[in-house]
Amino acid sequence: MIKFKNIENMTIKELENKYPFSLSFYENNNLNIEGFNDLTFIEYLDHFSEDDIEQWAIDIEKIKNDFIHYLNEMMMFLGIKEDEGVDSLTIVAGNDKSGNKENFDEFTINKGEIISIVGPTGSGKSRLLADIEWTANRDTPTNRSILINHKKPDMKWRFSSSNKLVAQLSQNMNFVMDLNVKEFIELHARSRMVENEKEIIRRIIEAANHLAGEKFDLETSITNLSGGQSRALMIADTAILSTSPIVLIDEIENAGIDRKKALNLLVKEDKIVLMATHDPILALMADKRIIIKNGGIAGTLETIEDEKKLLIELQKMDDVINGLRLNLRNGETLENNKLLKENYYA
Amino acid sequence: MNLVTVSGPPSSGKTAIIIKTIEALKQRNFKVGVVKFDCLYTDDDILYEKAGVPVKKGLSGSLCPDHYFVSNIEEVVEWGVKQKLDVLITESAGLCNRCSPYLKDIKAICVIDNLSGINTPKKIGPMLKSADIVVITKGDIVSQAEREVFASKVHLVNPKAITMHINGLTGQGAYELSTLLYDENENITTVKGKELRFSMPSALCSYCLGEKRIGEDYQMGNVRKIKLGDLND
Repeated sequence: MIKFKNIENMTIKELENKYPFSLSFYENNNLNIEGFNDLTFIEYLDHFSEDDIEQWAIDIEKIKNDFIHYLNEMMMFLGIKEDEGVDSLTIVAGNDKSGNKENFDEFTINKGEIISIVGPTGSGKSRLLADIEWTANRDTPTNRSILINHKKPDMKWRFSSSNKLVAQLSQNMNFVMDLNVKEFIELHARSRMVENEKEIIRRIIEAANHLAGEKFDLETSITNLSGGQSRALMIADTAILSTSPIVLIDEIENAGIDRKKALNLLVKEDKIVLMATHDPILALMADKRIIIKNGGIAGTLETIEDEKKLLIELQKMDDVINGLRLNLRNGETLENNKLLKENYYA
Repeated sequence: MNLVTVSGPPSSGKTAIIIKTIEALKQRNFKVGVVKFDCLYTDDDILYEKAGVPVKKGLSGSLCPDHYFVSNIEEVVEWGVKQKLDVLITESAGLCNRCSPYLKDIKAICVIDNLSGINTPKKIGPMLKSADIVVITKGDIVSQAEREVFASKVHLVNPKAITMHINGLTGQGAYELSTLLYDENENITTVKGKELRFSMPSALCSYCLGEKRIGEDYQMGNVRKIKLGDLND
């Protein structure tokens, strides 16, 4: 635990050497330390005049406290980076909107598993996700509790901003920043303070291009990516660079992206994948599915052998449609005969 | 009574978040009221009324809205006490990014949205930096990476705050926020004698007093000049 007296006599330069991340604190708090390297942090703060303090709304006491808090948190964060991950997530039954006990006792999802969630709009899918995100402990309207690695979870999942349990990917998501792909991944990587930035960027772009129908490069502006390319980049980035061990997907549109590869990538990166979907191909790609009704879990199903066979047939149909899409894109005419001869319907 | 001050840039989702949070508080049988502060116009009071929430609004008009807030908060609290509220929420829009309506020992929430741009946390002053809870909205329409980067920027300027992602449309996360708002040991009957967390800027120049003409001859009081290099130095 870093205390104030530990850093009292250190100069800004010494602080930087010992805690390189102190620089981003200065930067984001508009503290210009240029030319002040040989002062201690306190001496630096003392250089602000009354007028500066008033003018720029500087709260010296708060900055001091925040700085210490930040250093401690970062040290802890870097320390636990290699800490035990999330190997499993268990949902312990609560009740539905009418107060009836949910139709299961415990449902455990392991690392690398894909679970689909089905149920009509408004049935409680968002609530289930919120319960997971908040690591509910019989303190939400459903009375569910969530266990991580079969134990009561650490409160850090609720309150720490750098340790969120759930990452989300949904249909409505867009890139809003005005950056190219490389700058975008760099920015994300820096906020995560990863060491091997170059390697990570290479892996993400490679993975994204593996998923996307049309390839793109690092110089492409993220707002110019097609729908499929955007989804591919979002998924690759979430798989490789997001801290969150659980990924929640709200449908993946079928165009311009290989959804099977996308799910495989997430699973390969040791994510727990939960997927709200009514698309039969996606739903059957999952190992199990959770059925939601009236605010509660009405049951769970395992994807059975017969469904897996059906999935193979569905994927063939999907391939046909995707093939036709590609033909259209290339300006070709679509041949009915060819379809009949070579594909599923034959 | 519990008192909560909610603040945030215009259109960041304050009202939506408060309404969803009140729904959760109502389920626990708490009586919640809102006082909405705005500048020239608001019809958010109608939204609150529709949601069955006792509401009052105050428009600051020609006054600085945060100054208006501080000059009225005592009466607002009296109103809440008279209404026998369990929780009184004040909502005010931060306009110049310099002020904040937060009081010492009173829960302070800042609502800020993912669409506002990655440098926004750096631009907002005490309203963000001295909040106890920072609620980030509109996370459903930006990518996971942007959410993470934005949250990390918020964290850098206010490392001690609890950061929460709440969806103002579906209310996802609002229940969780509601659990942090009510403290049974807190019983505010007045805010007389309490202090602001941070001073509001000193202004009062001739333009505050209604001057319209441009030019040095008309500038009086607290005037500061932009530094434009050799022209000025």
